[in-house]
Amino acid sequence: MNWFTNFFSSSIGRKLVMALTGLFLILFLVVHLAGNLQLLLNDGGKAFNIYAHTMTSNIFIKIVGYVNYTMILLHVIWAIWLTRTNKTSRPVGYAVSKNSSTWSSRNMGILGTLILLFLVFHLQGFWYRMHWGPIDTVSYDGEEYRNLYAVVDFAYSHLWYTAIYVISMAILAFHLYHGFGSAFQTLGLNHVKYNPVIKFIGVAFAIIVPALFALIPIVMFLN
Amino acid sequence: MKITLKVWRQKDNNSKGAFKTYQLDHVSSDMSFLEMFDVLNNDLVQKGEEPIAFDHDCREGICGMCSMYINGRPHGPLQTTTCQLHMRSFKDGETITVEPWRAAAFPVLKDLVVDRSAFDRINQAGGYVSVNTGGVPDANEIPIPKADADKAFDAAACIACGACVAACKNASAMLFVSAKISQLALLPQGQPERKTRAEKMVAQMDAEGFGSCTNTLACEAECPKGISVTNIARMNREYYGAKFSSENV
Ligand code: HEM
Ligand code: FES
Repeated sequence: MNWFTNFFSSSIGRKLVMALTGLFLILFLVVHLAGNLQLLLNDGGKAFNIYAHTMTSNIFIKIVGYVNYTMILLHVIWAIWLTRTNKTSRPVGYAVSKNSSTWSSRNMGILGTLILLFLVFHLQGFWYRMHWGPIDTVSYDGEEYRNLYAVVDFAYSHLWYTAIYVISMAILAFHLYHGFGSAFQTLGLNHVKYNPVIKFIGVAFAIIVPALFALIPIVMFLN
Repeated sequence: MKITLKVWRQKDNNSKGAFKTYQLDHVSSDMSFLEMFDVLNNDLVQKGEEPIAFDHDCREGICGMCSMYINGRPHGPLQTTTCQLHMRSFKDGETITVEPWRAAAFPVLKDLVVDRSAFDRINQAGGYVSVNTGGVPDANEIPIPKADADKAFDAAACIACGACVAACKNASAMLFVSAKISQLALLPQGQPERKTRAEKMVAQMDAEGFGSCTNTLACEAECPKGISVTNIARMNREYYGAKFSSENV
């Protein structure tokens, strides 16, 4: 096992952890977005509440959920480890520095930390309420469901709450703007044929996905 | 031309350094950056002051010695070596700040001179091909696809100047190490030691205290020899493959 731990603590192995967990989180974002968009259906929250119920009761989805929490934890722990050792590689900085790289790429640690703060706020506000309440119930076709829709709807009736979500999505956009393509380079997937494709999808993803996420609180706030 | 130079002066590895300002009134725009330093040093010697220590050797852009961080960029405003940079790249009256490479793995020895022997130790760890004695092999005996030969040659253009480390926010040496791993991994002669080489060179790179790669691509943008980050992707593939399939437990 020596080679194994050796690998995952090496400079390249640590980046592999970042790339794999990062790509998993990107997939998660797509699924999460698909679920959230149901908030915009004009059905008083029925579809969304039934979906939220399935997400917390289906055993398969529960397992995927635990995998997801693990991936976030791994991504965060490895990010802290990596960023800290990267800092020690340059103990004395330059007096004058002109950068020939993108702002996002240089500030992944700061962007990630802000996303983490948002995650704590977000989980506390919705996820915790859904699991441990207090939360009202609503019944559809004789069955009781927790009314998460009402919680979300109430939250987004406040300007500050909506603003936090919109700003956080902008931060996520910058993280993804660098992260998406970077993960492929880390995996060693760099090829003249596919580089432009990866770049295009990465930029499109970094703009479209956070924009759609942000659209939900904006629309609900305006309603 | 008139210029103001702010140069990092440091007596030795153990002392604290500081910037010192020098006024130069008669600089020709045709001088190379190093020649401008020669003129300044002549003045300093005549005044009985300690000349500024800086590294240089070939002065034709092939040895990689002339490490200087000029106005916030390795080797200054052009994508070239300091010896190939000329004063015409600066404005009359400009203030130019010159610092040594900053990296834990490149300790400052004196003024602008840093110790880049970490690079040598990485090469010693595996950046070679073992050749047994015997008859001289025929040239072109081993067929090598032109495309591979070209890629290997492009990687071999690396002069180990350390600009990649200097430019990287993590002081990462991955562009250098990946060029050295690539040039041999692409050629048939490099195959016998391929996996062990990738493992050992990366291990040595980490042991020297260079950072990891965040893929900011600053290294590629500053490399005077145009080494591409495709080499870093190749090194990653080599390393994953080696770690999971070699018999070094
Ligand atoms: C939904 C949330 C997130 C997604 C989709 C995501 C995605 C990614 C991706 C794809 C990468 C590129 C990996 C690579 O370069 O190979 C990355 C890098 C990074 N992530 Fe995240 N991330 C998320 C949240 C976070 C959080 C909460 C942190 C908190 C600390 C974080 C910190 C970092 C750091 C520091 C890097 C750069 C590592 C380096 O220096 O190379 N990320 N992320
Ligand atoms: S002195 Fe040799 S490259 Fe500049």
